[in-house]
Amino acid sequence: MNHQQTDNQRFEQYKKQAKKEKRSILMWQVIIFIAFFSIWEIISRLHWIDPLIFSSPTNIVQLLVDKMVDQTIFIHLQVTVLETIIGFLLGTILGILLASLLWWSPKLSRISDPYLVILNAMPKVALGPIIIVALGPGYASIIAMGAFISIIITTIVVYTAFQNVDENYLKVLASFGASRYQSFKEAVLPASFTTIISTFKVNVGLSWVGVIVGEFLVSQKGLGYLIIYGFQVFDFTLVLASLLLIAICAAIMYQLVERLERRLMN
Amino acid sequence: MAFLSIDNVSHQYFTKMNYTKALQSISLSVEEGQFISFIGPSGCGKSTLLSIIAGIITPTEGSVRVNNTTVQRPSVSIGYMLQQDYLFPWKTIVDNVLLGPHIKGTLTNGLQQLAIQSLTEIGLEDVLHAYPSQLSGGMRQRAALVRTLMTDPHILLLDEPFSALDYQTKLKLEDLVSNTLKQFNKTSILVTHDIGEAIAMSDKIYLFSASPGSVFSSFHVPENLQQLTPFEARQHHDFPALFQHIWEELNSLESSTNR
Repeated sequence: MNHQQTDNQRFEQYKKQAKKEKRSILMWQVIIFIAFFSIWEIISRLHWIDPLIFSSPTNIVQLLVDKMVDQTIFIHLQVTVLETIIGFLLGTILGILLASLLWWSPKLSRISDPYLVILNAMPKVALGPIIIVALGPGYASIIAMGAFISIIITTIVVYTAFQNVDENYLKVLASFGASRYQSFKEAVLPASFTTIISTFKVNVGLSWVGVIVGEFLVSQKGLGYLIIYGFQVFDFTLVLASLLLIAICAAIMYQLVERLERRLMN
Repeated sequence: MAFLSIDNVSHQYFTKMNYTKALQSISLSVEEGQFISFIGPSGCGKSTLLSIIAGIITPTEGSVRVNNTTVQRPSVSIGYMLQQDYLFPWKTIVDNVLLGPHIKGTLTNGLQQLAIQSLTEIGLEDVLHAYPSQLSGGMRQRAALVRTLMTDPHILLLDEPFSALDYQTKLKLEDLVSNTLKQFNKTSILVTHDIGEAIAMSDKIYLFSASPGSVFSSFHVPENLQQLTPFEARQHHDFPALFQHIWEELNSLESSTNR
């Protein structure tokens, strides 16, 4: 009886401690957030930093509110988010398909090995001008950049996962006379599931890079366009506002992918 | 004509630098319903020979015939049990057990019922829809046994199926596997490192020597030991003598290769 009581007390104490720890972490996160923006605001108003270059949080929020009222921001937001989603999906799906093809044909995999290494090592955004010339100065080029930036690394990572599947699962399937397609469907693909999901998370970030750089190079709409436009007319409030929107959208997409991961894992 | 006959089988593995001879002129035959064991030092090609019998590997020389038909590719008439259970972690126990029919495209309601019935008989009725990670090693290996028997193979190949288990579970499973296989009159080949296990379970034991793998000698297990369950056989007074005999052969084999 006595033991039970002290055990329960200890458990209560442990729970209280854990809760306190969690609250303290949240508190520090909020403090850093508030401190960062208030210091920025204050030193901007005191002209310790040049407000023309570094703007201020209130100016940025004011600009965003204005652009939401006249609804001009939504078209830019929509264009960039759509380009990123399509680029992400294309890059990921094509990467997985390519990896499957390489698994299917070991000979093809060995032949393409040096080319994959070079393509992977090359900075993909450097191909931007060529992609734009090839596909024309439009959405297609920007989506292609969003896709191309993640396709090779996805292929390599997923193909490696396919290769690392325990041979003995394939042996079990072989003993039942499974075809290569059945081996792929029953063992190779499900065993590599964790890796495939983790490439989703990486590719979300990569697609944003590809799309924003694409918009820098050629576009009439989009958040990347707004950044370049703001830079050219020296409106850094616009540059920073676009940056803020990109950060928010990228974080939301990452969270969605993470939630998808958790659902698929269970 | 024997049920399973291995005819002058040799096999080589090739690497970039050179090649190794894994098996050298193996010839032996097994009668229907017989239980035989392969023992020998590691690297003596026992597992390679099993893969050849299963049709997963094609030997560089010689042939394997089951019921007078040459084995050329894996078929459901030969079941294969590996060192570990290799149940698929993303499939439930029932789905794992039904993997063979699923691959063959012969899955029926009747087979599903049979799978549930077999799992119940083997004591796994509570975990039919659980995932392998929720089961103990012994339970998993029992499920793997049901999976292997599900396609109703004529020959069972057991590649050290008990080596990853603790001793108590191993003894229990030996009895279970032995009884099950006798009940269905299956022809079985067991690969093991454990001399005691080989004596307790089989009718005939082949001792392999290594590099290249070849049959060094063979032993008949006495009739009276064959009749007993593996656990009883281990207690029998004829058991230690045979154990001693094989032990000495195995030692002489090692000293002759070391010289």
